[in-house]
Amino acid sequence: MTLRTGLVVLAVAAATVIAAPAHAALNVFACEPEWGALSTELGGGDVSVFVATTARQDPHQIQARPALISRLRNADVAVCTGAELEIGWMPVLLRQSSNGKVQPGSPGYFEATQQVRLLEVPTRLDRAEGDVHPQGNPHVQTDPRYMRVIAAALAKRLAELDPAHAASYAQRATAFDDKLGQAIERWRTEAAPLKGVNAVIYHKDWVYLFAWLGINDVAAIEPKPGVPPGGAYLAQLLDEVPKRQAKLIVYAAYQDARAPDFIADKTHIPAVMLPFTVGGTDAAKDLFGFYDDTIKRLLVGLGGNGG
Amino acid sequence: MGRSVFEAAACGLPLLLAAIAATPAAADELSDLRQDMQQMRQQYDSELKRLQQDYESKLQQMERRLKAAEDKADSAQKAAAAQQQPTLAAPPPAIAAITEPQIAAPQPPPAPPIAAGPGGTPSSAGAFNPAIGAVLEGQATSQSRNPNTYRLPGFALGDSAGPLPRGLSINESEINLNANVDQALYGNLTLAFEPNNTVGVEEGFIQSTSLPYGLTLRGGRFFSGVGYLNEQHAHTWDFADQALPYQAFLNTQYDDDGVQVRWLAPTSRFLEFGAEAFRGAAFPAGGDSNHNNGVGAWSGFVHTGDDIGDSASYRVGLSYLHTAAKNRATDDVDGLGVPVTDVFSGTDNTYIADGVFKWAPNGDFVERYLKLQGEFFLRQEQGALNGLNFSGTTQTGFYTQGVYQFMPQWRVGLRYDQVHAGSLGPGFAGTTLDNLASTPRRYSAMVDYSTSEFGRFRLQYENDHSRPQTANEFILQYIVSIGAHGAHQY
Repeated sequence: MTLRTGLVVLAVAAATVIAAPAHAALNVFACEPEWGALSTELGGGDVSVFVATTARQDPHQIQARPALISRLRNADVAVCTGAELEIGWMPVLLRQSSNGKVQPGSPGYFEATQQVRLLEVPTRLDRAEGDVHPQGNPHVQTDPRYMRVIAAALAKRLAELDPAHAASYAQRATAFDDKLGQAIERWRTEAAPLKGVNAVIYHKDWVYLFAWLGINDVAAIEPKPGVPPGGAYLAQLLDEVPKRQAKLIVYAAYQDARAPDFIADKTHIPAVMLPFTVGGTDAAKDLFGFYDDTIKRLLVGLGGNGG
Repeated sequence: MGRSVFEAAACGLPLLLAAIAATPAAADELSDLRQDMQQMRQQYDSELKRLQQDYESKLQQMERRLKAAEDKADSAQKAAAAQQQPTLAAPPPAIAAITEPQIAAPQPPPAPPIAAGPGGTPSSAGAFNPAIGAVLEGQATSQSRNPNTYRLPGFALGDSAGPLPRGLSINESEINLNANVDQALYGNLTLAFEPNNTVGVEEGFIQSTSLPYGLTLRGGRFFSGVGYLNEQHAHTWDFADQALPYQAFLNTQYDDDGVQVRWLAPTSRFLEFGAEAFRGAAFPAGGDSNHNNGVGAWSGFVHTGDDIGDSASYRVGLSYLHTAAKNRATDDVDGLGVPVTDVFSGTDNTYIADGVFKWAPNGDFVERYLKLQGEFFLRQEQGALNGLNFSGTTQTGFYTQGVYQFMPQWRVGLRYDQVHAGSLGPGFAGTTLDNLASTPRRYSAMVDYSTSEFGRFRLQYENDHSRPQTANEFILQYIVSIGAHGAHQY
């Protein structure tokens, strides 16, 4: 009985191996949509991209789902944010994926935050401060200047992993960098009215975007990073926000709109939902659409103030 | 320098005023006046020149200061943007080469100080090596019947099965250390400090990280991969106690010394096969575990699962566990309610079917989610209990539970669990294997509140029909995790 069961299991296993499709393209496992979009920009037809999460999901809190384990098992490269953004799920996926190619330390494991200097590196590590990231704020994708630096590093990595197409990666990287560089100039002009504007944020998602555009973060809806606001704290915010001359309330597509809407309703400061990553809004179809729409939404929100 | 400017002004101004105020008086005074005027003019001119020079140098100095101040403000602004990084090194040339020349703009912006400097810290399991974490648990219970007299009719129980202690108590406190050993191995040690002040190695294993073909090998002491809940550490359970079939069949969890091989199929659907060989020291094996040089227990399992759209996912599995016991002695309460030591020799073949389904709006588990799970057990047992032989009995059990997070931090859950042992006839009347013609079952409800993902308080109510007389139980529990917290399995 048990021997027969074992044989059946083996037969099924063997059949699965044989039936497995041969992949010509480099399999990319992107932890978040922005890295999926970047991999597509740089890899074109040379890569096959799987995106593990959507813009509607909080990347801090993802389940280590079976589908993710099997996708990571078949990946040639994992492109992730790093800086412990994925600490709650990626370590399990990596251990269960049985894939030596994508283990940290291998060329097939790419962390975007390792390519850049992070802001908000905490000087004090204590969970009483909320869900702090010891290596700094990981949400680098919101500043296209960071994206440029990361793109250059990722293109280099893809070329290393897939030397046969090295020239194509380099070519696409140059084209992407040119296009993004020009777009950054355009965004700089477009976003000029945002400079010096005070904004209320939901979570510390926007430090890079705000540093780029010169927006000041004057209050957060979360009392501590990762801690949802309670009634007393919201009441306190209602008091504080007008005093701090906030012109915008900013939250991400994956966040609950109720708290920002509540404050907007009471204070008449417009609440602006930003895509946060590719796919966060209909217009944020790719990285360019993502930055375009982010600035557009901020400007529309600011216009709602009559100034 | 600043003072000399004022001195010059103080001298020059009255001279100027005097010159303007001067009027011709007499002809004889005229030449004197002219001389005076000339003198004054010369004086005035020289003063003016000096003033001019002074002003100029002062201006230049101010300009220099202004520029320095501007530079300082600029770098301060950059430093503020890059907090905690007061000195920003210029970006490495490679980055500058990519970022700078290709910006076709009249005023190229300063290169953003964003490129990582050399020696950026790699992201591993925190700055700790190994990652160290501790789990603390405790509870207060109120039970209508004494847990010491607990028995499950029809089942010889292991020592970990049964209700929590009455009143205030702590649960086991766990210390976990884990890290990659090197490029090929990962190591994990979990020490359990029991409330009675004994320390046990709950898990201590090494595991391969980079074998080809989707293979993973593990060796040491670990929770078997059979079923769904068997591998989950107690602090991740959704209820304060383990489901009845796990208590009855596996003494809450099968944890033994052995080796494990897993193979993950190269399919986009999750498909995993595993096999394990154990020493056979844990219930339902156990007793004289040195009675052979071979394997006292072995198992095989298969798991498969996938996503259903963006919002839902599932995993189902089938497992088999074979165990052999020789003179396994456990403290128990027999069918007559008398404390006894059960001595069992024999074999168990346990089959488990498990399934878990999770749903969250858009797959975002922060606001709301639903988790449904259930497992079915079937066990065939044969051997001798306290010298009484039985040729084979079939025992079954299952639990089914649902947990719903209705708002951040708050969850509610319901569970039903039951077990059933086949009758062994009148020869076993009054023994622990006497099923008393009953089907032990429980109804449980819980609500829990999480202060964060590291802290949780839970209130649980149980209507317990698993013992011969119904019991009611309230449990108020806390579970916290400090230090590095391992990511949770699905």
